[in-house]
Amino acid sequence: MLHTIIKANSYQDSIVLMLLTNKLNTIDGVHNVSVMMGTPANKDIFKTGGLYTDELEKASSNDMVIVLDIEDDSLIDQVLTEIDVFLEEQTKGGGDTLGEEVVKTWDKAFELGKDAGVVVFSIPGTHAALEIEKALDEGKHVFCFSDNVAIEDEKRLKEKAHDAGLLLMGPDCGTGIINGIPVAFTNAVRKGKIGVVGASGTGIQEVTTIIHKLGGGVTNAIGTGGRDLKAEIGGITLKDSIMTLEKDPNTEVVVVISKPPAPEVRDEVLNLLRSISKPAVTIFLGEKPASHEENLYRAYTLEEAAQTAVQLLNKENVQAVKETLTVPAHSFKPEQKYVKGLYSGGTLAYEAAMLIKEGLALTGDEHAPEGFILQNQGHEIIDLGDDVYTQGKPHPMIDPTKRKEMLEEAGKDPETAIILLDVVLGYGSHANMAQELAPTIKEIKAQAANDGRELFVIGTIVGTDEDPQNIHEQEAIMKEAGVILCDSNAQAVRLALAILDHPLTQTDKAIEATPAVTPVAIEPTEAMLALLTNQGFINVGLRSFSEAIINHGGKVVQYDWQPVAGGNITLQKALQFLNKVALAK
Amino acid sequence: MVYKTIDEANQAVAAKIVAGSPFLLDVVPAKTVIEELNDGKVLLHAGPPITYDKMVDPIQGACVGAVLFEEWCETEEEARKLLESGEVKLIPCHHVNAVGPMGGITSGNMAVLVVENKTDGNRAFCTMNEGIGAVLRFGAYSEEVITRLRWMRDTLAPVLSAALKTKEDGLNINVLVAKAIAMGDEFHQRNIAASLAFLKEMAPIIVGLTEIDQTKREEVVQFLADTDQFFLNIMMASAKAVMDGARQIQEGTIVTAMCRNGYEFGIRIAGMGDEWFTGPVNTPQGLYFSGFSEADAAPDMGDSAITETFGVGGMAMIAAPAVTRFVGSGGFYDALNTSNEMTEICIDTNPNFPVPTWDFKGICLGIDARKVVETGILPVINTGIANKKAGLGQIGAGTVTPPIDCFEKAVLAYAKKLGFTE
Repeated sequence: MLHTIIKANSYQDSIVLMLLTNKLNTIDGVHNVSVMMGTPANKDIFKTGGLYTDELEKASSNDMVIVLDIEDDSLIDQVLTEIDVFLEEQTKGGGDTLGEEVVKTWDKAFELGKDAGVVVFSIPGTHAALEIEKALDEGKHVFCFSDNVAIEDEKRLKEKAHDAGLLLMGPDCGTGIINGIPVAFTNAVRKGKIGVVGASGTGIQEVTTIIHKLGGGVTNAIGTGGRDLKAEIGGITLKDSIMTLEKDPNTEVVVVISKPPAPEVRDEVLNLLRSISKPAVTIFLGEKPASHEENLYRAYTLEEAAQTAVQLLNKENVQAVKETLTVPAHSFKPEQKYVKGLYSGGTLAYEAAMLIKEGLALTGDEHAPEGFILQNQGHEIIDLGDDVYTQGKPHPMIDPTKRKEMLEEAGKDPETAIILLDVVLGYGSHANMAQELAPTIKEIKAQAANDGRELFVIGTIVGTDEDPQNIHEQEAIMKEAGVILCDSNAQAVRLALAILDHPLTQTDKAIEATPAVTPVAIEPTEAMLALLTNQGFINVGLRSFSEAIINHGGKVVQYDWQPVAGGNITLQKALQFLNKVALAK
Repeated sequence: MVYKTIDEANQAVAAKIVAGSPFLLDVVPAKTVIEELNDGKVLLHAGPPITYDKMVDPIQGACVGAVLFEEWCETEEEARKLLESGEVKLIPCHHVNAVGPMGGITSGNMAVLVVENKTDGNRAFCTMNEGIGAVLRFGAYSEEVITRLRWMRDTLAPVLSAALKTKEDGLNINVLVAKAIAMGDEFHQRNIAASLAFLKEMAPIIVGLTEIDQTKREEVVQFLADTDQFFLNIMMASAKAVMDGARQIQEGTIVTAMCRNGYEFGIRIAGMGDEWFTGPVNTPQGLYFSGFSEADAAPDMGDSAITETFGVGGMAMIAAPAVTRFVGSGGFYDALNTSNEMTEICIDTNPNFPVPTWDFKGICLGIDARKVVETGILPVINTGIANKKAGLGQIGAGTVTPPIDCFEKAVLAYAKKLGFTE
């Protein structure tokens, strides 16, 4: 049945009324509705739309006219209320805000980003090399999150960058802090005078967050990409970064983090670190240094690297930090003998495996299957960020699905005594990982208890109180789920070892004299030094990376990259031809 | 003039667009200025060339209306038979210096606006806006439609013609456009400010045309006052005149025309002269009058995209805050993003027409087909939506984009012309 409502002297423009009509048509019980001003032309439209009533003739051009086709008269009030609410909302304006500038071409990106010192890439790796080159040609530093760049391209581009006085961070560079601004998957860390260079993303995260917790700060943490210290690359970015931090007036201590480097590259890096004036701390994961050198301190764990750096910053003596582990009472069944580590951070998994091997004096079995960092007797340390687990799926720092599955499996295994895990906070990570994991942890602990087993879950949270996630809330959720939380990954592993009656002790290292140094010329370029105070970025790819930059006072031009001509090779060639062709004969 | 590179040629084309100075000179029967309309039974249509059988229902309906208006037949049935017989010759408006809105159907006795681009001395023609509702351009052909066309021929055109002739050089269109863009028009979806500015110029003159019957003068002023989109057709003729002037430079990749016939979308680029590059048309996305939905919408049609080619319409979305909600679901910021995005496929901005809501940046200037292909960003065209059934007229308004094929074909063809081999 048709109802006509005339709101006299109530002018709204036609677009508003069309939007309103769309909305009213979604109300249950409304067969059809139209809202228009009562102009003669609109009355004709009511006719063609099958909504004409005689009452419409009374309406003037200044009246809002509503014709409703409904069965139930009681809907009229609801419709009128909806109209009022809608019109009121209209006047409040859109929820959109003016964010960063979004562009779709290099021309525009370079035009708007002429002051930007760094280009951040997160585009498919097969396209990255060519695009990195364009950025370097424009005199920009590059932070390349993209992986799958051929190592030959990495070498060529790093040499090109070096020759141009620029830094190429990455490819496969997951973490960086530039002038206090987190880039890619990074924690929000207090600014400060410890400078970090790292060929390991989660290594940088663990070290910088511990520095933060100890009261220190990091203004620059330069990621180099995981392959930088391979023999093929020769540590080009790492060495240039060390030289840059050496000449940075705001850096007092230099920390170098890497997974096992090629021996010759390691020697070059050590030689360089012995040549600089600032105290340096190294952590080459997997190496257990027996001593420090004067001004060059050699850490075994990421935690130790962070602690040493803070001691140096505070001009304190470098020594092992005393810790008292509270070893909880336990009642494992005889078959419960093994540790299972389920890590989202690759470097943390690596560190855990290293400590467990040492603590339990495990030998042999260096050939763990893919995805396992350690599989020895029944002990297992798994890097869930390994390609085996992430192919076609999000990284475990974002998606908890795989880890929940594996937690359930490990929980059911009657031989499991202790489960180790990490929760990595920061930009790019899941907004509430603790909440995701907690129910599964509770469930597997309860199930084990039902079977008469006690199951320990020991974890560490890599994060700071400035991270976008609320670290205190994350801690509370984990504890409530029954997780024993430790201050660092190393501490978590040491606790696990202590529970298994294989405690690892930390000892002070002697400080030995510096061996002979081959002199190195340390001359970073102006552009390299400018990187450390850079505020402008061009973000090519993932929009979420822009957010962290803006939140920390940086400026960003968002470039929504797509392959030229949709990837059509013929068109790409035609465009190249047209761009170069000479018209004059 | 010889250009060394495509960029140089494109700059030259853009400079001609900036220099273009269209003046509205007169309103006359189409056949007096378009010679081709005198050669038997001829109709002009919008878009690239098309045959009657391929025309969508509303355009066929408009053809029927034109046949009835020209009194070549007395009934709809006869008109359809005549059109199906192939006796009526169909020519794209663009081929005879004209443009036509929606169906673009123009016959010899319909009145057309005459705009001259004083920079290059070339002229362009376009029928006048009939208002809204059941109108020929949306495929309606009822008695009411034909009656209005006759009134436009017999009253509106002569009165406006007499009024324009009192002005020595005609009416300077750039001045009106610059004024109206500051008042929130983008000249495709919204023309109310420009239409009022036009009325403001014309009304005092019309009032003074005492040799014309007062009733006629009153009717004309009332019609202009009622017809919010009247200026659209003036804008179309002006854009056509300017773009035809610019495309005298036959080098480079600047798009010089975009149009559609309900079947195909066609573009021209400077370097390929008169050649059309076509692809299948899209259906507009938009808001619908009550009782209608996208299922009722006819595919995209009309030469009105000449406004976007010139740099207004959808390209200048941000200029018209009042209609910004036609872009997607959002409002102002969506429109801002749209206009910002359009700058990425254009080579510059036109200093003649600063947009206050865009911090006085000029409207987009020179769509570069290379950039369209490179980025996949398509020009945004503001458009009316016709019912897919003839006779029912307009059912909504919204936006539409050309198919990328047109630009890809144009870029490849030009590259090949210059010696590119795959």
